[in-house]
Amino acid sequence: MKYGKEIVLLTLAAFLALAGAALGEDTAFRSHMWVLFFSLAAFTIVLLRQVSWASVGDPASIPLRSDGTERYLDGPIRYGAIATVFWAVVGLLVGVVVALQLAFPQLNFEPFLTFGRMRPLHTSAVIFAFGGNALIATSFYVVQRTSRARLFGGDLAWFVFWGYQLFIILAATGYLLGITQSREYAEPEWYVDVWLTIVWVAYFLVFFGTILRRKEPHIYVANWFYLSFIITIAMLHIVNNLAMPVSFLGSKSYSLFAGVQDALTQWWYGHNAVGFFLTAGFLGMMYYFVPKQANRPVYSYRLSIIHFWAIIFLYIWAGPHHLHYTALPDWAQTLGMVFSIMLWMPSWGGMINGLMTLSGAWDKLRTDPIIRMMVMAVAFYGMATFEGPLMSIKAVNSLSHYTDWTIGHVHSGALGWNGLISFGAVYFLVPRLWGRERLYSIRMVSWHFWLATIGIVIYAATMWVSGIQQGLMWREYDDQGFLVYTFAETVAAMFPYYVMRAVGGGMYLLGAILMAFNVYKTIRGELREEAPMGGRAPALQPAE
Amino acid sequence: MEIYTALRQFADSWALLFMTLFFAGAVLFVFRPGAKHHAQEAALIPLKDDQDD
Repeated sequence: MKYGKEIVLLTLAAFLALAGAALGEDTAFRSHMWVLFFSLAAFTIVLLRQVSWASVGDPASIPLRSDGTERYLDGPIRYGAIATVFWAVVGLLVGVVVALQLAFPQLNFEPFLTFGRMRPLHTSAVIFAFGGNALIATSFYVVQRTSRARLFGGDLAWFVFWGYQLFIILAATGYLLGITQSREYAEPEWYVDVWLTIVWVAYFLVFFGTILRRKEPHIYVANWFYLSFIITIAMLHIVNNLAMPVSFLGSKSYSLFAGVQDALTQWWYGHNAVGFFLTAGFLGMMYYFVPKQANRPVYSYRLSIIHFWAIIFLYIWAGPHHLHYTALPDWAQTLGMVFSIMLWMPSWGGMINGLMTLSGAWDKLRTDPIIRMMVMAVAFYGMATFEGPLMSIKAVNSLSHYTDWTIGHVHSGALGWNGLISFGAVYFLVPRLWGRERLYSIRMVSWHFWLATIGIVIYAATMWVSGIQQGLMWREYDDQGFLVYTFAETVAAMFPYYVMRAVGGGMYLLGAILMAFNVYKTIRGELREEAPMGGRAPALQPAE
Repeated sequence: MEIYTALRQFADSWALLFMTLFFAGAVLFVFRPGAKHHAQEAALIPLKDDQDD
């Protein structure tokens, strides 16, 4: 396969990056352009040499059309599955490092590896690199199977994959170089935002085009969730990043909004990134992979439709609960709180729908660690969506806000729900994408499950204790009306919890490394000899 | 009228009414007569994928 057009365009882009590296207004921008230049140049060389990575397995075991091509375009999904596993390990590793930096400040290495720069690297790596790749790969897989149509746009799906990886590289290196627009979960500066917009429009075209050319009359509910995720993220990303660059060759820009409007825009974005990236998109995963792995249709399809519309109508208003007791008008705070509480219902409806899909097949929990992982993910979805509305209540928020309780809540959602459902999807996909009979090892999945679950429990429980202690210490007055504790004392009191958190996160990381090994061996086509899960069936006893 | 006030009044009157009716309509549509059959068919879409496994 020749890539003439691509090579010309890449060379041109690499030249422009080189020009940017020479003419940039500030050092950070010039360094960033060097990173871009080397990334593009390396990719051009790969294309020029027509490097072909390991074959995709025994071709006979991959569904083929009569003309010898694959029925579905699965190449970008295979790459996406590998990228998902890779970024999961990277993002979680950075997470463990920042957890240790909080416990042991000596681990902050200036200037590149300080907590302030590593923390957005961690959040973006797990949300956008790990979660984003999982969403893109699974959405391409699901939309083709449920529409019975090949991906629209030919090689556009490849552009989406590689373009998204370039976005990740630019975002990650930018943070370490100190380039940030200081908007939570949207730290990349204006030029990286523009690039993500281009990639995202291409993603929308591929996904929506595939739905339009579907052979199945009905659009399956998972695709509704994926589509709402793609459209809403486009809207959020564009509005939140409206900014004016100081120079078109510089790394600094100023937001269009000021003051409390800016804060509200950020949290309108921030909370809906949770609502539509980490919830709607992953619910698309749940509504396809849980029925697939359980081999049963979803418990109630009509409930899933109501779940969808309720999430769409409620989530978008919940953002102001991040700004309780700030300069935001009181009515807006109350609105955010009320809508957050209303979200309880659709979230639990969706959780029950996912769990009850297993009704009549609960025995699979004993023998199938993948379904166990998915069920635990849905259970954590329920727990996190119970805790969230609770914390959005103003009285609770006055204790919980700015404490570690928030961090614990985020992680029970992110590690429990997003992480476990993505791992389940990866374990489902890898043998099928590479035409393998089964995973290399099912028992390793079970190990992964227990390491992850116990890790999350340690993490979340520790953060509850430290968060509530922190909140109570901050508000402790003596009878003279003076604060009892200095801030430094409250920080010192957190030490044991921070160490325990690193242990919990480390266990979760260990599970992900096991997964990476298992996936690698599965792609290689190896099978581990092991006793099947669930032991022997109990011998039947004669009736007395 | 100030643009903020105008938008604010539109948001908590017509826009709110429209969204409430749309949502109620979507829910009622799901429970229309005969919908159960359609829903059961749609739920089987992922499972009847012959090429997959």
